[in-house]
Amino acid sequence: MILVFCELKDGKLRKSSAEALSAGRRLADASGKQLGALFVGASVAGSGDAAKYGADAILTCEAAPLASYSSDAFAMAIADAVKAKGATVLLGAATAMGKDALPRAAARLGAGYAGDVTDLSMADGKLVAVRPVYAGKAIATTAFASGIQVATTRPNVFEAVEKAGAGAVEALPAPAGDFKAIVKEILAKGTGKPDLTEANVIVSGGRGMKNGENFAILEELADALGGVVGASRAAVDAGWGLSHDMQVGQTGKVVSPTLYIACGISGAIQHIAGMSGSKYIVAINKDPEAPIFKLASYGIVGDLFEVVPELTKAAKALGIGAH
Amino acid sequence: MKILVALKQVPDTETKIKLGADGKSIDPTDVKWITSPYDEYALEEALRLKESKGAEVTVVSLGGDSVKDVLRNALALGADSAVLLKSDATDPLSIATALAAFAKEKGFDLILAGNKGMGGDNSSVGPMLAELLGIAQANVVMKLEIGEGTFRAEREVEGGTEVVEGSLPAVITAQKGLNEPRYASLKGIMGAKKKTIEEVEATAPAGFTTVAGMVMPPARAEGRKLDGDPAQQAAALFAALKDEAKVF
Ligand SMILES: Cc1cc2nc3c(=O)[nH]c(=O)nc-3n(C[C@H](O)[C@H](O)[C@H](O)COP(=O)(O)OP(=O)(O)OC[C@H]3O[C@@H](n4cnc5c(N)ncnc54)[C@H](O)[C@@H]3O)c2cc1C
Ligand SMILES: Nc1ncnc2c1ncn2[C@@H]1O[C@H](COP(=O)(O)O)[C@@H](O)[C@H]1O
Repeated sequence: MILVFCELKDGKLRKSSAEALSAGRRLADASGKQLGALFVGASVAGSGDAAKYGADAILTCEAAPLASYSSDAFAMAIADAVKAKGATVLLGAATAMGKDALPRAAARLGAGYAGDVTDLSMADGKLVAVRPVYAGKAIATTAFASGIQVATTRPNVFEAVEKAGAGAVEALPAPAGDFKAIVKEILAKGTGKPDLTEANVIVSGGRGMKNGENFAILEELADALGGVVGASRAAVDAGWGLSHDMQVGQTGKVVSPTLYIACGISGAIQHIAGMSGSKYIVAINKDPEAPIFKLASYGIVGDLFEVVPELTKAAKALGIGAH
Repeated sequence: MKILVALKQVPDTETKIKLGADGKSIDPTDVKWITSPYDEYALEEALRLKESKGAEVTVVSLGGDSVKDVLRNALALGADSAVLLKSDATDPLSIATALAAFAKEKGFDLILAGNKGMGGDNSSVGPMLAELLGIAQANVVMKLEIGEGTFRAEREVEGGTEVVEGSLPAVITAQKGLNEPRYASLKGIMGAKKKTIEEVEATAPAGFTTVAGMVMPPARAEGRKLDGDPAQQAAALFAALKDEAKVF
């Protein structure tokens, strides 16, 4: 079996989990294996969604103590499920939770692990993973030698393909015992907007924004496009009141939206490392020689304070919203 | 309190990567090597705990002789002792296994690491180490409080912050924002020259993953500049995004 650790958000399958399931479905078809979707938590209502993305089996590990996320308990539940089902491949999305639990589960299973992969295939019955290394400056192929192979899929890279699966539900025993660490509370920012790593459209501002207040014009453009706002490190570190989790780049988020609009960002190598995987890049910069233009699908040489409001106006007039 | 900090040596973030002749690694010529940026936050946190609560800080790095530079730098910043685990392992579980064996033998209350080692970009050695040692973990941590045998960590997750509480010993991996790393003083640098770096043959088992190949990323399709005044540029952009790129 190919097993995919899935996450729910507000009672629905997370988009990044649907993507991981679709990647798993392809591998299952290529290797003549079953696809299992694993859900862990106090309530797994919504897990039925997995059948829409080709899950033959929906495995649930449901117990009251799992209401709060615990790295060690979840890793145990995941590893136990892998063993119970004799799974040889374990996948999950490279989300905060996936990156926390899956490497830990891999260690528990003595399994090789590849993080944040952008392509997966099977060769000689084993998983082969393609993943950006050196912050995207090179692309490596990881081969596995272990009997069980574990990988996390980078959000927004694999396509979520709807395909009906049998979705036969099976309950698995939940881990018992004291948890070594547990999430006590979540201090949500409550914007309701997607995270940068999952956003389809990102409007980012750099030092050219001049101050934090000016980011309001980026918010307006992002809202008109159904996107979210990011920033360069120079902007985050300038003391403009921007939060660290807005930073895109080598020491920030690695993002792969459909559309990335860089406003007043020069295009330093460390920034490019975080956004060169974007499908379309638009750069707005008053310096025609700015390195960001080398990367841009569409370049606008001009003053961002004149250009951005025009973009917002045009987007609103066209009634645009990303799908 | 005994604290271990795991430090990885990586190419400077400015490095223009060139492929090595074997087609599986990078060409190390002209590469300037540094301590992985997130590991600097891990070390700084250890040094602050040493100052606020009293702690003995050991730094460890797995690699060849060259990683002594990273260890020497950590000694200059204030680490008490440094250990080189000699190995050419690159697989994360191999590295974690070697680090775990060392940590188990010495016994630590707290292990600090980076949330991601630049280069390999796997973000996995921390959680693996915690599992191999059977202890708690908190990753991508922006704020850490240590109590009596307990910890409280704030970690970055999508759309918010998770507050993780657990018992020590624990593995904590650092995120940017945890602190502002200090610079080494001249006195520190001079003092570090006199300290010895312990060298140990690592036990890093193979058999998990290998890098089968490495290529440069595909070149991006050439773009174009949009002319006119801002209103015309805006119109041209949305026309292109709709008709050429079919984004909307
Ligand atoms: C270890 C390390 C890690 C790093 N990690 C990251 C990272 O993760 N992410 C990151 O972004 N950086 C990172 N950096 C920093 C990076 O090297 C650059 O300093 C940074 O990206 C520059 O940000 P910027 O483009 O906003 O600023 P600048 O380079 O100052 O560029 C500002 C741009 O705005 C333009 N501009 C100014 N005014 C206007 C206007 N009115 N209209 C239009 N354009 C205008 C200018 O022409 C200029 O091109 C890292 C550096 C190091 C050493
Ligand atoms: N060779 C190594 N020696 C010491 N620590 C390491 C090594 N590799 C990784 N680490 C630690 O594990 C963290 C995460 O690395 P990685 O899982 O490779 O992304 C790094 O930031 C280091 O703190």
